Amino acid sequence: MLKDEDRIFQNLYNDRGSDVDSSKKRGDWTNTKDLIEKGRDWIINEVKESELRGRGGAGFPTGLKWSFAPKEVGSRPHYLVINADESEPGTCKDRDILRFEPHKLIEGCLIASYAVQAHICYIYIRGEYFIDGEKLQAAIDEAYEKKLIGKNAASTGWNLDIYIHYGAGAYICGEETALLESIEGKKGQPRLKPPFPALIGLYGCPTIINNVETIAVIPTILRRGGKWFASLGREKNTGTKIFCISGNVNNPCNVEEEMNISLKELIEVHAGGVIGGWENLQAVIPGGSSMPLIPKEKCETLTMDFDSLMAEKSGLGTAGIVVINKDQDIIKCMARIARFYKHESCGQCTPCREGSGWMWRMLERMAKGEASRDEINMLGDVTNQIAGHTICAFGEGSSWPVQGLLRHFKKEIEKRNNLNPIFDKDKNIPYLVDQHLLDKKDA
Amino acid sequence: MSLRKPSKEQPESFKFNSSSLEAAKTIVAKYPKDKQQSAVMALLYIVQKQNNNWIPLAAMKYIGKFLDMPYIKVYEVATFYTMYNLAPVGKHFIQICTTTPCMIRGAYKLVEACKEKISDNENELSKDKNCSWTEVECLGACVNAPMMQINDEYYEDLDKEKTIKILNTILNGKTPKPGSYRGRTNNEPENNRKTLMDLKNA
Repeated sequence: MLKDEDRIFQNLYNDRGSDVDSSKKRGDWTNTKDLIEKGRDWIINEVKESELRGRGGAGFPTGLKWSFAPKEVGSRPHYLVINADESEPGTCKDRDILRFEPHKLIEGCLIASYAVQAHICYIYIRGEYFIDGEKLQAAIDEAYEKKLIGKNAASTGWNLDIYIHYGAGAYICGEETALLESIEGKKGQPRLKPPFPALIGLYGCPTIINNVETIAVIPTILRRGGKWFASLGREKNTGTKIFCISGNVNNPCNVEEEMNISLKELIEVHAGGVIGGWENLQAVIPGGSSMPLIPKEKCETLTMDFDSLMAEKSGLGTAGIVVINKDQDIIKCMARIARFYKHESCGQCTPCREGSGWMWRMLERMAKGEASRDEINMLGDVTNQIAGHTICAFGEGSSWPVQGLLRHFKKEIEKRNNLNPIFDKDKNIPYLVDQHLLDKKDA
Repeated sequence: MSLRKPSKEQPESFKFNSSSLEAAKTIVAKYPKDKQQSAVMALLYIVQKQNNNWIPLAAMKYIGKFLDMPYIKVYEVATFYTMYNLAPVGKHFIQICTTTPCMIRGAYKLVEACKEKISDNENELSKDKNCSWTEVECLGACVNAPMMQINDEYYEDLDKEKTIKILNTILNGKTPKPGSYRGRTNNEPENNRKTLMDLKNA
């Protein structure tokens, strides 16, 4: 288990209060000026040395991302945008940072803004987190009052303004370009890349977009050194991470742990074990709903980091672990996730807009045992038609969980669905009917 | 993609009152000059707050003029995002998360409670016309599942009885206390905490 002094988010459970004075006692804002005086290159190099990978899901190296920002500010200003649109089912880590460690985030914003030469930072918070956003706003106001941000922020000579922008219940706005569209006051539909936001982003200006957790760990990394951070976890998967363990466990919780911790330790030690005992475990979704599930046999030895989960054809994503025990119907669980994606598809690309609904309806029927045998292969075919054929990664995100189900629980589906439409003519198979008619209740 | 329709009964006109106007002006000032369109999302929230929790078409036209942008662009935004209510909802608007992490911990029991206490169908006003409920997608409090949101506040770690208690409090015109209903501190592992113990005990 990670030592307590190596935990970055000391106030994860709000034992000490989140105001600026108690944050200072935890080390925030102590030598921000010295850190910034060491210069842009030092900061970016230190972050590169720490091998910090983005905590929002894709795991892109943060130092590298920052170095994509233009070296000189041209006619267009630079922007820093913080992604706090945390909507991935199974994930609730950013909420705790917003409400309990806001000063880590604000200080991180100042350092990151300096590193990428931005004077304005927007924090995009999902609309549902209004109360938590208010808490962050109170912390921002406090920081302005103490001159930690604003003109000559924390006496570093750098000017920084931080504004909160609330979303309004669209999961897709967690995709970085959809988020930019949303800040510009448009529908949240992702943009084609390239051009990447680092060159043409918000209002057509160079923009760096980072997740809340990524930015909030930056001040601690700089204070304790990139080498310290890199010494935790393993090569290319360094540092600590907040894991959210939800679902059928005795004590669902958020906990900060070292990367590469074993999944069994997380569940057994921190979350109090699976309800009904380890033997009752059915499957685990390791990184938020868009990552393929992993069956029990593999959970024994699984370690939680980007690369080892990739080797299992899944991913760390946002590290939202959903534990599903044998009391649950696994097909129903996945059908519900498919409904989530059907509801949240932005409607821009046809494969995703139509396909996400197809997947949901097929899975709903499979859960009830009303599908025919050949539909199982057809479902796999639909997922392949979606993944990789859309503008953003939502296509993959919506089809991977279904592919995971087909990969590991095909037998379960086949056992339940052995309808043969040629012989059972009285059964009504609705996949050729106008889909909108089926959908009246929840279109 | 969700299909959302504006209410059939629409008021003739809409105007910001003085406090809304002031709030709107501070929001527009957050964004660069000539980029006032960015404020549209926040302004729609202000309308919703002023107008009993829903947005009439007249308000969209008003915002279009206010921000100097076409009405259709405001309409697009208001219909795209699910948190903008395009038809009247209850003064107490109850949203129950039923996505998988909540579902496997019994979110549909909460739905049953709402059906018993408020109305048989989603988005239907209760007898006293004060409450309505709806199923929503993940609200981002998965380790506190099952949970629901009433207006802005989160109610966490629920079960059917606790939900009925909360709904009764609301139907009696009082505001129940938000947060965990199992008495745990935030997102810590209940009775099983193994980390940051010095801070807890200090």
